Amino acid sequence: MKVPVSWLREYVDAPLDPDVLEAALVRVGLEVEEIVDLRQTVGGPLVVGQVAAITELTEFKKPIRHVLVDVGEAEPRSIVCGATNFAIGDKVAVILPGGVLPGGFTIASRQTYGHLSDGMICSARELGLGDDTGPASTAAGILVLPSDVDPVGSDARPVVGLDEIVVELNVTPDRGYCFSVRGVARELSHSLGVKFRDPGAREIPAPTRKPPYPITVADPIGCDRFVARLVTGIDPTEPSPGWLRRRLTLAGVRPISLSVDITNYLMLELGQPMHAFDAARLRGPLVVRRAKAGERLTTLDGVNRALDAEDLVIVDDSGVISLAAVMGGATTEVSATTTDILFEAAHWDPVAVARAARRHRLPSEASRRFERGVDPAMGPVAIERAVELLTRYAGGSVDERVLDINTVAPREPIVIASDGPSRVAGVSYPAKRVTALLKEIGAHVAAAGTGRLAVTPPTWRPDLTDPADLAEEVIRLDGYDKLPSELPVAPPGNGLTPEQRRRRSVGRTLAEVGYVEVLSYPFVSPAAADSLGLSRDDPRRDAVRLANPLSVEEPLMRTTLLPPLLATLRRNVGRGSRDIALFEQGLVFHPISGAGAPPSMGVDRRPTDVEFAVSDAVLPRQPWHVAAVLAGEFEPTGWWGSGRQGSWADAIEAARIVCAAADVSARVRSASYAPWHPGRCAEIVVDGAVVGHAGELHKAVCAAFDLPKRTCAMELDLDALPLPPVTPAPTVSTFPPALIDVALVVDAAVPAAEVEAALVDGAGELLEAVRLFDVFTGAQVGQGRKSLAYKLTFRAADRTLTAEEAVAARDAAVAVAAERFSATLRGA
Amino acid sequence: MTYRNDPYDPKQVALLDQSSLDDAVAQAEKAFADATDVDALTAVKHQHLGDRAAVSLARREIGALPPRAKSDAGKRVNEARARIQSAFEARLVDLEADRARKALVEESVDVTLPWDRHPRGARHPLTTLMDRIGDLFVGMGYEIAEGPELELEWANFDALNIAPDHPARTMMDTFYVASARAGTGGSGLVLRTHTSPVQARTMLTRKPPIYVVCPGRVYRTDELDATHTPVFHQVEGLVVDKGITMAHLKGTLDHFARAMFGPEAATRLRPSYFPFTEPSAELDLWFPQARGGARWIEWGGCGMVNPRVLRSCGVDPDLYSGFAFGMGIERTLMFRHGVTDMRDMVEGDVRFTRAFGMEV
Repeated sequence: MKVPVSWLREYVDAPLDPDVLEAALVRVGLEVEEIVDLRQTVGGPLVVGQVAAITELTEFKKPIRHVLVDVGEAEPRSIVCGATNFAIGDKVAVILPGGVLPGGFTIASRQTYGHLSDGMICSARELGLGDDTGPASTAAGILVLPSDVDPVGSDARPVVGLDEIVVELNVTPDRGYCFSVRGVARELSHSLGVKFRDPGAREIPAPTRKPPYPITVADPIGCDRFVARLVTGIDPTEPSPGWLRRRLTLAGVRPISLSVDITNYLMLELGQPMHAFDAARLRGPLVVRRAKAGERLTTLDGVNRALDAEDLVIVDDSGVISLAAVMGGATTEVSATTTDILFEAAHWDPVAVARAARRHRLPSEASRRFERGVDPAMGPVAIERAVELLTRYAGGSVDERVLDINTVAPREPIVIASDGPSRVAGVSYPAKRVTALLKEIGAHVAAAGTGRLAVTPPTWRPDLTDPADLAEEVIRLDGYDKLPSELPVAPPGNGLTPEQRRRRSVGRTLAEVGYVEVLSYPFVSPAAADSLGLSRDDPRRDAVRLANPLSVEEPLMRTTLLPPLLATLRRNVGRGSRDIALFEQGLVFHPISGAGAPPSMGVDRRPTDVEFAVSDAVLPRQPWHVAAVLAGEFEPTGWWGSGRQGSWADAIEAARIVCAAADVSARVRSASYAPWHPGRCAEIVVDGAVVGHAGELHKAVCAAFDLPKRTCAMELDLDALPLPPVTPAPTVSTFPPALIDVALVVDAAVPAAEVEAALVDGAGELLEAVRLFDVFTGAQVGQGRKSLAYKLTFRAADRTLTAEEAVAARDAAVAVAAERFSATLRGA
Repeated sequence: MTYRNDPYDPKQVALLDQSSLDDAVAQAEKAFADATDVDALTAVKHQHLGDRAAVSLARREIGALPPRAKSDAGKRVNEARARIQSAFEARLVDLEADRARKALVEESVDVTLPWDRHPRGARHPLTTLMDRIGDLFVGMGYEIAEGPELELEWANFDALNIAPDHPARTMMDTFYVASARAGTGGSGLVLRTHTSPVQARTMLTRKPPIYVVCPGRVYRTDELDATHTPVFHQVEGLVVDKGITMAHLKGTLDHFARAMFGPEAATRLRPSYFPFTEPSAELDLWFPQARGGARWIEWGGCGMVNPRVLRSCGVDPDLYSGFAFGMGIERTLMFRHGVTDMRDMVEGDVRFTRAFGMEV
C-alpha cells in the first residue's frame, strides 16, 4: 500500500518529518517498507521562471535556443536550451547554478554554444518525475507549467509535484482496512493522539423503492450488500483532473480514464473496491449468483476463463459479465465513448473471493481487499463520492434512484472481562482506560455486569472477533513499549533427551576426528536412485514427491543422505578442496505405503488421541540419519612424509566412531549393498540389527556422481541405535598382566572380526584385551591363507598369573579358533 | 681400623704443616675447576683424593707425631680432605648438570613445524548456534521439543488458526506433498513452513506447565539467492502456564538477547499479526556490535498464544495462557557473524564451515 502523505493529511495531521512519521506508523503496527521524500530529490534552488525572449541558434547540427528567463531577479537569466516546445510567456521550472538534479548532476554556470548558460530549464524526466506525475503539460521536452501557477522566482517544487512524501506500507492480513487512506489515517490518529476526520462519515441518501437498474442478489451469503447508482450523459472525452491522476500515480496506480480512475481513487481512499459498467452495454437485468458449470468470462486482462461453480459472478442476459470482487469482464467495460455509467460497490464474502482469486491465479487490488475484509458500510459512501466526482468533471445527470440491497448482519458484542487486557499484558489498565481505548478504535462499549464489558467492534474491523483481539487493541494503543520485562520461572526441566545428547555427541565426535559438517537440501532427482545403483525393488526408491518442487529436476525427498551429501563433496572438490571429509545429520523420508490423506480434523476442539494417532500414522517415517563421505588424503602429506589416502577402512571407522559416541557396541560384517563396492562394504550390526553400511563406493557410483575415484561413505540410521544402558564400572586389577602373542593362520576368506571373537570366547575371563597387530599373506603361510597376529593380555583380579595359567588360557583361546576356522598356530 | 706402621721418613713430616695442606686443597680445587667435563674430572680425582694424593700421604705421617700433636694434625688433615672431597662433588654436580643441559640442547627441535597429520573437522555454525540457544533455555529449565519436518497440514496451519482460505496460507509459500494416488485431492501433508507446528504437537502431548524451545529446519518455496533459501532453520519458544503475560514474553526475550549478544543488547516489540498469536508482535533486537554501529535489527516474531490455538490443542484458555516466539537461525548467524551471503551457509564449502570450528 503506497500513500502520498498529503492525501493522509486531508484526514489526519500526519507529521512531515519522515522519521517521525515512520515511528508513528510502526508504533501501531504498520510496517513501513519505504518512505520516499520527493522534496529531497532535487537539491538547491528550483524556481518558477517565465520565458522572456528566445533566440534560435541555427549554426549547429541540432536546434539550440538561447533563452532569457525571468526568475524574479533584477535581470533575466541567460540559458541555453536544446528543447523547442515552449514559447515566450510560458512558465517553466528553472534550476539555478548550485542546484542538484536526481543522480547527483550539479548545475553550474558555464559558456556553451557561444552563450552563457546560467541555469537550466527542466524536463519532467530531469526532475525525476514520471510522465504522469506532473499537473502540467508533459509532452516531449521542457515541462511547461500552467499559466496560473505561483509567481516567478517562487519555489517550483509544489508546482511540479516535488513536495510529496510517499509512504509504502506492508499491511498484515488482519488489517484489511489499512489498505486505504482512511484506515492508515485512522491508525495515525491513534498513534499520534490527534483528531481523525473520517472520509467515510458522510450523509448518504436512502435507497429508493425503484432501482436505477434492475438487479437481483441471488446469493446473499456471497454478497451481503450491493449498492449502485447510474449517471447518464457524461462527456466521455473529459480526462481525470491532474490532482487525481497525480495521486493515483503516487499510489502506484496507472490512470486510465475518468470513471475508472474515480473507482480506483475511492478504493484507495475508502478501501471499498468498485466497478464502473458501461450501462449502455448491459443487456437486461443483472443477477448476482454463483457461476454454473461451463460458463466462461473474458476478463479485463483479455484472458478467457472457465468459471468454477463456486465463483461469484454478475450476469446479465448475455451471460457472465463480471467475476465478482476479482475482475470485471471485457463486454461491459467502460470505453472512450461511454456516456452512461452504472457504478457498483458491493460487499463480498472474503472466503469466496480468496478462493476465486487463487483458483484463477488472479490476485487483484480488489480481491486483496475483500479477502482481508472490507467495511460493509462503505458501499453507499463510495457510490455517492463517485457520482459526485464524475459529474463534477464530466457533467451528465445523476439518476435519482439509489439501489442498496443490504443483508449485512449486525455485529454481536464481544463480552470481555474488563481486566482481561491487563491479565494478557501483565500491566494494570483501569477499566476506564480499557473502555476509552476501545472507544478510540471505534468500538461501542457498554457495561455487561460486574467487571464485564460488551464491546461491539466497528464495521471496518471484521478482524476483531475474540476477547484476545480486543486485548491486543488495548495493549497496542497503550503502547507495547510500556510493557515491563519480567522473567517467568520455569519448573525444573529434565535437560536434553538421550537422543538429543546422542546427536550432539555424534556430531562433535565426527568433527573432532576430521569431518566437516554440511547441511544439504533434502531434494533429490528420480535419477539419483539409478546413479546409486539401487535395484528395482529397493525400498529407497519409494520417495515422497513434492507437488510443487522448486526444481522439476528434483521433486523427491531424500530416502538416504548420500545423494545431496555426495553433491556437496563434488562441489568442494570442484572448488579445489581435493582432500575432503564431510558429514551430515538429518532426516530422511520414507512414505507409508498405502497411506492416503490424513482424515480432516477440526480446530473447534482438541483432536482425540486416536484421531491424532490416525493422522500421524499417515506421515512418512522420518528417521534421523548420519552419513559421512571422504575422498583424497585422510591424513595429509607433510614434511614428515607422505600422507594416507582415505579408504573403506576410514569409512567403517567413522561408523564405529558414531556407535562409540552413541555408547553402543557395534559389529562389522561383510555385506553387499548399493551404492557400495560389493567387495568393500560393511554392514554395521547393533544388537543383531543392521543399522547402516560403510565402505568404498561402487566404481559405477563414483562415475555416475562424478566423484573422485575411491570415494568412501558410511550412513547409519541413528534412530535405530538402542539407547545405552547405564554403564557398569569395570574392575581395574592392580596385578601385573601376562602378555602373549599368537599368530593364527586361517583361510584368507575368514573375517578377522570372527577370529577375534573366537579368541575372546575361548580365552575366558582372564583375557583383558586382544589386539590384532599384524596381517600377513605370502608363500610362507600358503596360497589362499593369511596369518593374523594377536597380542593377548591376560590378567587376574586377585593375583599375579603364573606362566602356566596364562599359557593355558592362550591354548583355550587358540583351541576355539582352531575349532571354528581350522586356525593353526603359525610356526607350530 | 688398622693402620700401617710405615717406616718413618722425617722429610715427609712437612706434609703435615698447614700451609702444605692448604696448598693441596688449592691445587685440588684448581684441578677440579679446570676439568671441563665429567670425564676430565674423574681423571684428576685420583690425583687429589687417591692413595698417593697429598692429603692421603699426610695422613700417614700422623702416626709419627707425638701423641699430643696427633689429634690436632688428624683434625687438620681430615678437614683438608673434606674440603677437597666437597670441591670434587660440587664440581661433579655442576659438570653433570652441564652434561644434561648439553644433551637437551642437542635434542632441541623446531617446534614451529606443523603437525596437522589428523586435521580436525568442524561443526556447521548453524548447528552450533542452535545447540547454544538450546543450552541457554535448558539452563532456564526449558526442554527441547521436536517435530517432523514433513508435517500434517493440520498441524502446520489449521491448528495454528490458519484456516484453509486464510491469506496467511498463501503468504507462507508452502511446499506441498503430492498425493500418492492421482486424482485423490491434496495429500494433507506439507514441508513445515515454520517450527510452530511443534507448538501444536507439544500441547497435544504434554500437560502445562510447558516450557520448551524447538530449533529446527523449515521450508519455503523461495529460490536460493544471497538473502533467501528454500531450506532454513528457526528456533521456536513456547511457554504455557498459569498467569503467563506479555511482560513475561518481553522478559524472556530480553534475557535471550543479552545472553546471545551481550549485556548491552535489548529488545523492542512492534504490533504485528500472526494468526497463532494474539496479541502479536514483531521483535527487534538492539544489536550493539552491528557493523556500522549499534542499531535495531528485525529478529523474529512473537506474541501471546492465541486462545483458539490453545483450545484446538486441548489447553483450557480460561486456566492457562502462553507466549510463543520464533526467529531465523540463518538470519541470527548472518548479523551476529557478519555473513553477507546466504549461499555460504547452504553450499557446504568446507572453507566457510572450518572457520567456525566447534563453537560460534
